[in-house]
Formats: sequence, C-alpha cells, structure tokens
Amino acid sequence: MKEFSSTREAYGKTLLALGKENPDIVVLDADLSKSTMTQFFVKGFPQRFFDCGIAEQNMIGIAAGLASSGKIAFASTFAVFATARCYDQLRMCVAQPHLNVKVVATHGGITVGEDGLSHQSIEGLALSCALPGFAVIVPADAVETTQVIRAAAATLGPFYVRLGRPKVPRVLSHDYRFVLGKAATLRQGFDATIVAIGTMVSRALEAAESLSQQGIDCRVLNMSTVKPLDVEAIVQAATDTGAVVTAEEHLEHGGLGARVAQVVARHQAVPMAFVALKDAFASSGTSEELLQRYGLTSAEIEKAVMSAVSRKKR
Amino acid sequence: MYNLPREVILTTADQQRTPASDPSTSDATASAEARSSVDTGESPSKNLERIARTLRRHIISMTATAGSGHPGGSLSAVEIITCLFFQVLRCRASDPEWVERDRFILSKGHAAPLLYAALAETGYLPVGELCTLREMDSRLQGHPDKTCTPGVEMTCGSLGQGLSFGIGVALAARLNSQSYRVYVLLGDGECDEGQVWEAAMSAAHFKIDNLVAIIDHNKLQIDGWNREVMNLEPFPDKWRAFGWHVVEVNGHDIPQLLAAFEEAEQVKGRPTAIIAHTIKGKGVSFMENNVDFHGKAPTPEEADRALKELA
Repeated sequence: MKEFSSTREAYGKTLLALGKENPDIVVLDADLSKSTMTQFFVKGFPQRFFDCGIAEQNMIGIAAGLASSGKIAFASTFAVFATARCYDQLRMCVAQPHLNVKVVATHGGITVGEDGLSHQSIEGLALSCALPGFAVIVPADAVETTQVIRAAAATLGPFYVRLGRPKVPRVLSHDYRFVLGKAATLRQGFDATIVAIGTMVSRALEAAESLSQQGIDCRVLNMSTVKPLDVEAIVQAATDTGAVVTAEEHLEHGGLGARVAQVVARHQAVPMAFVALKDAFASSGTSEELLQRYGLTSAEIEKAVMSAVSRKKR
Repeated sequence: MYNLPREVILTTADQQRTPASDPSTSDATASAEARSSVDTGESPSKNLERIARTLRRHIISMTATAGSGHPGGSLSAVEIITCLFFQVLRCRASDPEWVERDRFILSKGHAAPLLYAALAETGYLPVGELCTLREMDSRLQGHPDKTCTPGVEMTCGSLGQGLSFGIGVALAARLNSQSYRVYVLLGDGECDEGQVWEAAMSAAHFKIDNLVAIIDHNKLQIDGWNREVMNLEPFPDKWRAFGWHVVEVNGHDIPQLLAAFEEAEQVKGRPTAIIAHTIKGKGVSFMENNVDFHGKAPTPEEADRALKELA
C-alpha cells in the first residue's frame, strides 16, 4: 500500500524545526503562507516572518538584504511566481552576489491542476538552472523534502527548490540520506537507465517494474539535484546500460532532459529519449487527467525506454 | 587593501559625525578618530563643498578616460553623496565589512563613477585606480558589483531594486538589535519601476525607521523630461501617501541636505524619503540640464573645458 504525503507540508514542518534550532532563519512569503505551508513558521516565529503581500519582486529583494546581513532567508510562493515574476531580482540580487537566499517554490508543474496555465510552472527549471551559482533541487517525496530543506539551510548560497501541490507517494525509505549533487540509485539494472525527478520518480519505478516483466532491467536514478548535476552517475549509467531516458514534469527544453543530454553527448553518447512536456501551455484539469493528457505517465516512460533501447548499437 | 596617503584620509575623516549628534559608543570610535585628525580650519560646509568639487573632477576624468559612462546623473548627486560619505555615514574604510557600519546602497547604479570617486576619497580604493573605470577585470565595473569592490554594498544597475534590498538590510538590524542605518539613493526616472512602489509600501508597513531613501530628482531621464516620458507628479505626495516622512531639499545645498539627514534620524516608526531637487550635469555649464550627457562620456576637449570650470 502506497503512503502518500505532501512535500509542502514537510517543508513547513521542517522550517519550523529549523527555526527552533537556528535564530538566523527568516522566512518570507507573498500572501500564500497557507498554501506554501510557511504558516507553521509564522505561528512559531512571527518576528522572523515577513509577509510581503502580492509583490514577489520586492520579496526577493528583501530576502537578499536579509541574507547579506547574515540571515538564512527562505522565500516562498508558487513556482510560477517565484521564477518568471521576479527573474531579474533573482539574477541581480541573489545569483550575482551569491547570497544565502533559499527560494522554495510550491505548486510546481502541471499538477497544480484546475487553476490552469497561469498557475502551472512548466519552465521554472530552465529559468532557475540558467542562474549562475544557483543549486536547483526537485525532491521526489516528503522524506527527501525534509532533508533537502535542511541541506539548503546548511549550505551557503542560493537555492531553488521546487515542490508540488498534490500529495505524492513515498518512494524513499525513511533512512534515505540526501546528498547535494548526488543521484540516488533506486533500482539497479543494466539494460537502460531512467533518470527522473519529483512527481515522475514514482512513475519511473512503476515503468521499471513493468519493463522487468518484459525482460528489460532498468536502472532508476532519482536526480533530485538538477543543478549541479551528478555527472559521474549519468556517465556511469550511460556506460553500463547504453540507453538513457529522462522523465520530468517540465518543458522538454531547458530542464532535466536537456541537461542530462548535454552530459551524455559530451562524455558517453548513447541513445536517449525524453518524457516531458512539449512546447505548449497546458489546460485546466485534475492532476491525473493532465498527466495522462500530456504524456507524463509510466506507460509513456516504458515507450521511451523501448525506443531508446531499440536504437542501441548491436 | 591599499592605504591612501594620510592627508587624503584626514581631509575626509575629520568631517564625520560630531559626538554631539550621536553619543553612542560605536560612533565615538569614529568620532575619536575624526577628532584626532588635523583641523583644516574650514567650516564643515566649505570643506564639503571642496570635496564635492573634487568628486566632480573625478567623474569627468573617469568617464572621459573610459570613453563611456554616465556623467549627468553622477554630477547631479554629488552633494548627496558628499554629505553621506564625508559626514553622515558611520563606516570604516579600513574595515569595509564592519558589522555596525551604516549601509549605503546605490540603487541608481549608473552613478557608479560618483560612488567610486567617493570610495576612493574616503580610503576604500586608491585614487589612482579610478582611471580603470569600465576596463576589463577592473574592480570598477560599469555598474557597481558587490563581489569585487570594497565598500559597494550591493550589485546594482538594473533599476528599481535597491530599495527592496535596503529594506531587508534594515530589517536585519531590527532582528539583530543593531543600530546601523540604511541609506538608498534612487533616481527619479527609476521611480517608474513598479518595484520601487512595492518597496515603498512595505517599508512603511514594516514601520522601518532606520531607512532613508534619497531621490536624486534631476527631472531628466534618457528619453527626456520626466513629465514628458512618464509623469511622476505629484511626486512628494505619492511618497507621503505610501506612509513615508518626506523632506524636500535643494540637493546641491549642503546645509539643507545635512539638516534633512538629521531630521530623518529623529523620525520614528516610519521611513524617510528625502526628495533632493537637483540639476542633471550640475557643475559643468554645457552638461547642466542636457540629457545628452546622461549616458555619454565627455570627449577629451569637453573634459578639458569641464575640468577648467571645476578648477
């Protein structure tokens, strides 16, 4: 029986715990504290919480000012507003001076659902990965989220952490240890590798299980750190398995797939396939309906693996 | 860091805050240093006027040498910067990261030549380095870069962002029970940016009183007069409506500016905006109110003429 839990709730609870441990933790939000779950921190440490109203550009600037004065500033809003809406502020005030601002964005991807395209961040990884010096992380489940938030607090420099709205199945064991910049091998295999992030990790595992019954043994990597990428794990996977498939709830260009392809092309060229959103905005709908419509399913991952494997040189 | 010749430091450091205006112990350190300096015998205003003229000469020489840069909006803010760096700010050139220092943030980053000239004359940078403005690998980048220049508090140049940053710095003082003050210099054209008003609203909301915004209101922006490009009026009323204490001054009148900074320190529970009415290109006859010199350096001939006027 799968155990579902919310990554943003894990974020909120971890922030509260961090607040107790470290007086330099400060939190900012843009009128969404009940959704991003920074509300837990508000109750514990009202003096260290700054609601900036619906003004994301100002929020990032204030977070940068706090960070430059010794604070560890967590700034949260929906992913679509945490990237595109305040991009120049992230560029000028956070990335360039390499300040200790942790942008933790919730409601990433299309699984935001019914709110529709205005609220679906489908390009946030391309944007955040393009900021020099930023670490970009997409946790796979609540277990990993807790550890990612702790790692972000403990590591000097800017972070972009993307979380989702719906509850997601737990894919990592409770003794899992997140290491910044390191992929986790969730399943061993030598016929193909599926590199997945976030909501797609559980689907990658489902696809791998199904494929194993058809005689194809897939390696599954949880590449939660999208930047800096675990180049070693990707090269090893390409070398060992000869085919690489990526799976992400993000546009095909500029996200995980594009970044992994660059590594594969540079170090160990093998056939690849990409499970991702095509170059278009998505519709309103339930999370599950949208994942089906836009091909972010275990069945599509299976097809992609078959495609990549069929193109291997014999 | 390079140490300036002693006399340069003396002409500047002795004009820092007097003990009477600020009796706290951390200030006393700076003041004691100041009082031990040689007395030039000039009145404080006269001395600041002399420094202002020196900064203007640097701005002309730097931009002419670089062949590019923004002289107009640098020249308009010279007295503002002179008052801040040579009188108001508690800071230590020998320790740019001193945690109790007052913070100055140049939100109108294109006035970088002015900031660098002030940093040089206060001992953060060697004066001889000023001629490297805008050169490859120079510490004096085209717009200020926090990561490479001592005394530069924030990377700026994309307009509208400095006030938000200043709010964060000011809030940190509150959280840390520190007494430093934060000064942000904005341009008037910069106030076209929506983020300035997001910041204005939030500074009042957070009741920040250790923050002063100075607006260099020279009435000109690249495409022409403010009122023609994007009307700001009623400008002081806008700041008042956003919850700020507003002081209007002649931005080239040093006693008026100093009085405004004093007044700002007395205001509690809200931030202060000093709207400094200035003249773009101030001090050089053919640059005054001439928008062509917003982002164009003087030619060598123009620089000669300008330096003669500023002799």
